Amino acid sequence: MAGYQRTSVGDRPAVFELKAAGFTLPIIRLLEADIEAVAAELGARVEQAPEFFRNTPVVIDLSAFPEGGAKVEFPLLVGLLRGYGMIPFGVRGGNKAQNEAAEAMELAILGEHETRATRTERAIVPEEPAPSAPAAAAPSVQQGEPAPIPRAGAGAAFTLVTRPVRSGQRVYAAGGDLSIIAAVSSGAELMADGNIHVYGPLRGRALAGMKGNTDARIFCQDLQAELVSVAGHYRVSENIPMELRGVPVQIYLDQKILRIEKL
Amino acid sequence: MQGWATDHPILEAATLARIIVITSGKGGVGKTTTSAALAMGLAQRGHRTVVIDFDVGLRNLDLIMGCERRVVYDFVNVINQEANLNQALIRDKRCDNLYVLPASQTRDKDALTKEGVGRVLEELAHGYDFIVCDSPAGIEHGATMAMYYADDAIVVTNPEVSSVRDSDRMLGILSSKSRRAESNEEPIREFLLLTRYDPARVEKGEMLSVDDVQEILSLTLIGVIPESKSVLTASNSGVPVVLDRESDAGKAYADTVARYLGDEVPHRFLQVEKKGFLKRFFRG
Repeated sequence: MAGYQRTSVGDRPAVFELKAAGFTLPIIRLLEADIEAVAAELGARVEQAPEFFRNTPVVIDLSAFPEGGAKVEFPLLVGLLRGYGMIPFGVRGGNKAQNEAAEAMELAILGEHETRATRTERAIVPEEPAPSAPAAAAPSVQQGEPAPIPRAGAGAAFTLVTRPVRSGQRVYAAGGDLSIIAAVSSGAELMADGNIHVYGPLRGRALAGMKGNTDARIFCQDLQAELVSVAGHYRVSENIPMELRGVPVQIYLDQKILRIEKL
Repeated sequence: MQGWATDHPILEAATLARIIVITSGKGGVGKTTTSAALAMGLAQRGHRTVVIDFDVGLRNLDLIMGCERRVVYDFVNVINQEANLNQALIRDKRCDNLYVLPASQTRDKDALTKEGVGRVLEELAHGYDFIVCDSPAGIEHGATMAMYYADDAIVVTNPEVSSVRDSDRMLGILSSKSRRAESNEEPIREFLLLTRYDPARVEKGEMLSVDDVQEILSLTLIGVIPESKSVLTASNSGVPVVLDRESDAGKAYADTVARYLGDEVPHRFLQVEKKGFLKRFFRG
């Protein structure tokens, strides 16, 4: 309880709060080492919209800077940007030497997180056909098996709950399946790295494949859930058709689309 | 649930009191009315009973029990060892088996410590058959203290969705934050008591039915108390409604006490009362 009302030493009220926030900032992505050419083009751009650049914090992106070429002339570049009214405050995507040079100019070294995100985003598209290969192989693995038993199989952690899961309660089956043989109330939350089976009415939330297992499924006798999710793909109650409510269903991912199917 | 009373070694040997918490989560559903009625009902059936008000700072039980002018020491005084139990307990004038331990009006819920409450209950457990704990509303400290040592819980619920959801939340807390849960003992026995039930409004679809509530909460139903003017009258005059043998609510509470003690009693007042010609004629 006390943690929520943390104050500074003694009973004085807190003098500041430490919080995280995200900002959208302009990035100057250097494509060439030639600082003269950059200066010329930048001048032309700023002339078109001088107000836009005034006192604007900017980040210098070095991820596309030609490798092996000349080193980045940080003093020149920073001076140039400041001259146009911008506030260069950090770099990203640089190599070790570039980062050291940037630090010497008191520029912040920003994480590469976003750069990576955009790269993977682009990468997803060409990789799309790839998953179809293992998917095609899957049926052969399952041949001869009477039921498509989850691949987690024997030895994996398995959690069984026999009492009702009440509003405000959370059950997380780490590393395996979760079976509930009682009611799951609205406001309760079920989570499992594997599949979720509910044999009473499911009125709360059920999130299967918590660690991104897209093969995880949710099985329930009586679907009245507030939210269902498999590997982060979710549907809220409002988007569950009436004819699928109150009946036994299975919920699974099919080509990144969450499907709810009568059993 | 029938038959447990005789099976239960505690009741047979009558060594330690059974601790019953009356809880709900939501306020204004009838916890204090129920605590008073249940305690009086148990005492009238010959069981030595004490009813404790856990609503420190907003004490009301003394009013409902009609002993507000006899309060000298209270629960917090006993916890802080400023008074002993015999000084604080108020014997009911109508029933020799019933005692009231009032809450403090000038303190707040933080005065209830787990150790202090445990010590008081432990001491009471040796001299009584039942200890009824009247929980404050909410799920904070006062409510968790009231339920922590409980053996049985009666969850008081009104037939409307917000009360049902709060009861459900309370049931979750009961099964995880009690002494029995923490020490991995047999869990608290939970019972559902529906109060302010109005069959006419249920019939019109304006109120949840007994079945609706039971389906959501999946609990043993211990009683249904019909909406009744006699409850307010009883509260205002400091008489536990169970003593009003003429009223439906009084009868329903008496049935509830009987069921708690293991009797098999059919539920009454679930249907709209058919008004006879004369009744209709005279009452309009």
